Amino acid sequence: MARLIPYPLFALALLALWLLLAGSLTPGTLLLGGALALGGSWALVALPPPEARLHRLGAVPGLLWMVLVEVVRSNHAVAKIILWPGQAGTRRSGFVRIPLDMRSPYGLAALACILTATPGTVWVEYDRAESTVLLHVLDLVDEETWVRTVKDNWERRLMAIFE
Amino acid sequence: MQAAELPLWAAVPVSVLLLLGAGLALVGSVGLLRLRSFYDRIHAPTLGTTLGIGSILLASMLFFSVLQTRLVLHEVLIGIFMVVTTPVTFILLSRAAFYRDQQEGNPEVPALPPRQDAPEP
Repeated sequence: MARLIPYPLFALALLALWLLLAGSLTPGTLLLGGALALGGSWALVALPPPEARLHRLGAVPGLLWMVLVEVVRSNHAVAKIILWPGQAGTRRSGFVRIPLDMRSPYGLAALACILTATPGTVWVEYDRAESTVLLHVLDLVDEETWVRTVKDNWERRLMAIFE
Repeated sequence: MQAAELPLWAAVPVSVLLLLGAGLALVGSVGLLRLRSFYDRIHAPTLGTTLGIGSILLASMLFFSVLQTRLVLHEVLIGIFMVVTTPVTFILLSRAAFYRDQQEGNPEVPALPPRQDAPEP
């Protein structure tokens, strides 16, 4: 089975993507999507991605919901800063360096996507040797709070899934 | 069904979502103009690429699903690809600016560490 479909989850995702794109469930679409998924997963063998072990997949929906809530909340916060800059005359933006315990490349990629996709924080640089990440924060009230937010809110949850 | 025949119960949320999405994109653009430094400005367009695009995609899904009386879900794919790709652009942009500022000794960014081995790109 592993020979026939080298990356079953990836193949399944490709098939789902194809079906969504086609917007139908006719045998023809299924067949074509299945062929595409098989071809795609065989192609992936040629460029082996780092091994991913997923634990606690049950934590994923909760994480996605948290991302949604956080995105809405920070959209509001950043829009307020842009539209009424006078109100936040004391606003200070700046860089924060955050030490990370997570090593999984997939977990780090997910963290980079989450942090950058939430308005108000941008992932600037990851230092692999020291395992720290440099963030730029638009409304930097207190560096300690940000370190704790990133570690407690995101890193802990992502580590539960990816490590 | 023509667009004009869209029932009111669908037309209202579609319009609200479209206006919200467009409004957020506008606020993001205003932010690009108003904020002062490069690093501040990079936060502004994320309004449009997250909740802004999300609202417009939701409006589009609702509009075409009601119009064609079947579930239209293409937009989910657009959403997934937006979420996966736009952060990469932002990260690359901010890193490029950051490395240049660091090389130039710009006081706005944290100073270059004393060790000389450059971090892997």
